[in-house]
Amino acid sequence: MTVAGRAPIRESSEPKTSVGLSGGLAVAEAMRQTRPDVVACYPITPSTIIVEKFDEMVADGKVATEFVAVESEHSAMSACVGAAAAGARAQTVSSSQGLAYMWEVLYSAAGLRLPIVIHCANRTLSSPINIHCDHSDTMGARDSGCLQLFAENAQEAYDNALMAVRIAEHPDVLLPVMHTQDGYTVTHSVERVDLVPDAAVTEFLGAYEPKVSLLNLENPVSMGPVISPHYGPDVKLPAVEAMLHARDVIASVGREFGELSGRHRGLTEPYRLDDADVAMVLLGSTAGTARVVVDGLREEGIKAGLLKVRSFRPFPDEEIAGALEGKSAVAVMDRSLSAGAGANPLFEDVCVSMYSHAVNVPLVNYVYGLGGRDTFPGQLAGVFQELLKIGRTGRRIPMVRYL
Amino acid sequence: MELNLRELSGQPDMLAPGHSLCPGCVESVVVRQILHVAGPNTVVVSATGCLSVSTSPYPFTAWRVPWIHNLFANAGATVAGIEAAYKSLVRSGRIDGDKKVNFLVFGGDGGTYDIGLQSLSGALERGHRFLYVCLNNEAYMNTGIQRSSATLPGTWTTTSHVGSVLPGKVEPRKDLTAIVAAHGTPFVAQASPHLWKDVMRKVETALDKDGPSFINLLAPCPRGWRTGPELGIQLGRIAVETCIWPIYEINDGVWKLNVRPREKKPVSEWLEIQGRFAHLLKPERRSEVDRIQNMVDRAWDELLARCNVAEPPAERKTAPDRGPKPVAV
Repeated sequence: MTVAGRAPIRESSEPKTSVGLSGGLAVAEAMRQTRPDVVACYPITPSTIIVEKFDEMVADGKVATEFVAVESEHSAMSACVGAAAAGARAQTVSSSQGLAYMWEVLYSAAGLRLPIVIHCANRTLSSPINIHCDHSDTMGARDSGCLQLFAENAQEAYDNALMAVRIAEHPDVLLPVMHTQDGYTVTHSVERVDLVPDAAVTEFLGAYEPKVSLLNLENPVSMGPVISPHYGPDVKLPAVEAMLHARDVIASVGREFGELSGRHRGLTEPYRLDDADVAMVLLGSTAGTARVVVDGLREEGIKAGLLKVRSFRPFPDEEIAGALEGKSAVAVMDRSLSAGAGANPLFEDVCVSMYSHAVNVPLVNYVYGLGGRDTFPGQLAGVFQELLKIGRTGRRIPMVRYL
Repeated sequence: MELNLRELSGQPDMLAPGHSLCPGCVESVVVRQILHVAGPNTVVVSATGCLSVSTSPYPFTAWRVPWIHNLFANAGATVAGIEAAYKSLVRSGRIDGDKKVNFLVFGGDGGTYDIGLQSLSGALERGHRFLYVCLNNEAYMNTGIQRSSATLPGTWTTTSHVGSVLPGKVEPRKDLTAIVAAHGTPFVAQASPHLWKDVMRKVETALDKDGPSFINLLAPCPRGWRTGPELGIQLGRIAVETCIWPIYEINDGVWKLNVRPREKKPVSEWLEIQGRFAHLLKPERRSEVDRIQNMVDRAWDELLARCNVAEPPAERKTAPDRGPKPVAV
């Protein structure tokens, strides 16, 4: 699924290491390289692989981290809040129910402006219980004030794990960053991953030097006070501003990372989109399948294109609206539901982007892959065929469809 | 540490005045005493409760030491993260390890016995270095006097109303101190605000441990207990004299009784001065009072045995039951 469409690698003076790693183990390796002070996590399938590997690294002295084997994910994120508030680089790992269990703490961390990195592996939410992938877990946190970055493959997951720390700790951001990869599909599949050397990562990230810290005894601070309604907006709106800054930070960090690694990461990744007639918008690993389908359709003379979204929060609305302008029809693919809403999460954000930039293109929402069900090239090709029809006829009802 | 009242009163207070705790609340009194022992090199974590909300009305704070309030259920986990951060920062030379920093946690019985029990248990089990002080006012006072597992059976609260069908709280009181001790925690104790020297000595012992410690401190709440605000400290004394709240410690596994009342008073002396027990003074509720007395007596005898204190004399030296007194509400 990552055969086609890999970004070209530029020559770099530093030797690179290419290894075969699953997405989970690649993130564990990135974690080691970021040298976190505190990692507090609780195992949950399918992100357990990251937790176990990191613990092994700590036990072998490969990284000097205080690994706190907490008794729940709620405590994992809570310990990260304490650690980050005390001036330490703190990270956690989770999925699904674990992420849901730490839901209130995500909001607390964002409210306290703490640059905690949350390494996620997408897994659907119960009930009923299911260990396989869809995006319902991270979607549940999309209003929390945490940044959200989606990876398509192991390489991107590794890259995002490194960049997440830099983005979170940027003085214009200072928000938790959640980066994610599809559970099992990416966490447990071995792919080629090009690693950045340790020293380069250390230099790229710098040190976490917060302006305030609980351990700065000369300047005692009180964090987490009680606010009266009078101050309500004052304390909530800075997060909006930080998210706006975050777009620029994600872009600039992505450029800098590009110079370091040869892989430039932006907020979105268009593929054969410029001259496309019909297009698909996606998050996560299915983008790889879609890319193959796009190539196939192009060979048949169909101008298909793809827009992969990397940064879901902040949502690059201007970039997306601009990229989709002029298309005859677009399918927005959702791997989670917002039952009771007019459509589903990614579609809603794309729709708002188009509306707010006065871009009028027929949009349809396809729900796919719920609970980990596989999505095959033929199905995506079918979506593009539907888009051609919609483009011709302008008839886009029903707006929400299910693969 | 020299526990000299004159010297202590000359020291700067680490909790500033101007907070909005109720008149008669003992929490600020005790917190100031505890901070005198802990000193300025202390990081404090508060679970949500009366203390946290009354001492931190943005943009003001009463805390003159670093302080964090995260959420309700996670004080134990939050301090664990701070302590782990400290260890990492010292190890990597970014913080001077020669200056010892104390980690102190304050939680109410809500945030400790109930919603916060899991994160406390985890932090205790993992052996982080911190002192957790439970300010036990026997109900969820901050949200308006709801029952907790620390509430005595028979108590009126807003979620254990005394009505025509139900008689107040039915369930027995949870022994959290024993639960904490079962974790093998190096120092565990019960304390009362009227025994200020005992409180401060226990804090000193606790902070000397290279691991977790726990003090369960009775925090009389005139508002929620329906007494006059002037009775805060006095209530601590009565709780100890009636053996409602025994004062003991478990130091490295050794149980020691700190206070043995010269005259063990009947529980009616505890019940009759608090409006939350007013319904129990009616003659038809006599059996509930007896139930509470039996519960207290049994727990007291067990505690004496655990502390290897001599058996109480065959004829229990209990003062005569003088019957119900008028209740201050």
